[in-house]
Amino acid sequence: MADETKAPVATTERPSRPSGDGPRSGGDRPRFGGGGGGRSGPGGPPREGGRKFFRRKKVCKFCTEKIADINYKDYRLLGQFVAESGKIVPRRLTGVCSPHQHRLASAIKQARNIALLPFAGRAS
Amino acid sequence: MNRTYELMFIVRPDMADEDLDKLVSNLETTVTSAAGSVKSVDRMGKRRLAYTVRKFREGIYILMTIEGAGTVIHELERRLRVTEQVIKFLTVRIDEEQKRLEKIKKLRDAKKKVSAQPAVVAAEEAPAASAEAPAADVPAATV
Repeated sequence: MADETKAPVATTERPSRPSGDGPRSGGDRPRFGGGGGGRSGPGGPPREGGRKFFRRKKVCKFCTEKIADINYKDYRLLGQFVAESGKIVPRRLTGVCSPHQHRLASAIKQARNIALLPFAGRAS
Repeated sequence: MNRTYELMFIVRPDMADEDLDKLVSNLETTVTSAAGSVKSVDRMGKRRLAYTVRKFREGIYILMTIEGAGTVIHELERRLRVTEQVIKFLTVRIDEEQKRLEKIKKLRDAKKKVSAQPAVVAAEEAPAASAEAPAADVPAATV
C-alpha cells in the first residue's frame, strides 16, 4: 500500500524536483490526494445547495422516534407535514423515508376527508 | 369474513344529546341486525372543522369501532347518507393495520430481549477486563 502510493508520486515529482526533496514531497502528496478523493465523495450532497452551506443530514422523524402508527386521527402529528397552504410537504424537504411518507400521505388525505385537516389554506 | 372497521362521523353542532344518543343506538341496532358487532363508541366532542361543511364551521365527532363483513358497512353508510344530522363520515378498515402494528411490536420486543442479553454479558466482561488492565500496567511501569 505504502509502496504503491509512493511509486507514482516519485515518478511525477522526479522531473520538477531534486531527488533530495523527493521523500518529503512524497510524504505530503498522498495525504493531499487522499483528502481530495474524500472530498469528492461527500461532494455529492452539497452539489445541490452549493458548497458554502453546511446542511445537516435530515432523518426520518418516524424512524428515529419509532412512531409505527401513522393515523388520520392524529392531526397534530400530521399537521407538522402540511404546509401553510395545506399541501403535503415533499419528503426531500422533511427527510421522511419513502415508506413512511407513503403512509403519511394517505393519513393526511383521510384526515382531510373528515375535516380534521384543510384541503387548502389554514384550518379556520 | 369478519373485518374490523373504524367509522368516524360528524353530526351538526346544534344537535341535542338525546337525539345523538338515539342516533347512536339506532346505528348500533343496524350493525347487530346485520350480524356485526360494535366494539366501542367514542364521543370525541365538539370540534372546529378545518373547512365549512354544509355551512357549519364546527361539528360533533363520533368514533365507532365495528366488527363485521363489508355488507354491514354498506348498510351503515347508506343510513348515514340518509340521516340529515350527519354532515360527514369516513370508514376505514383497520384490521390489517392492527396486524401490522402487532407484528412490529413483537419484532421490537424480540429485539429488545436479544440486545438485553449481550449487554449483561458485556457488563460481566468489562470488570474482568478492567481488573486485568491494572495488572498489565504494573509491569509496564516497573520496566
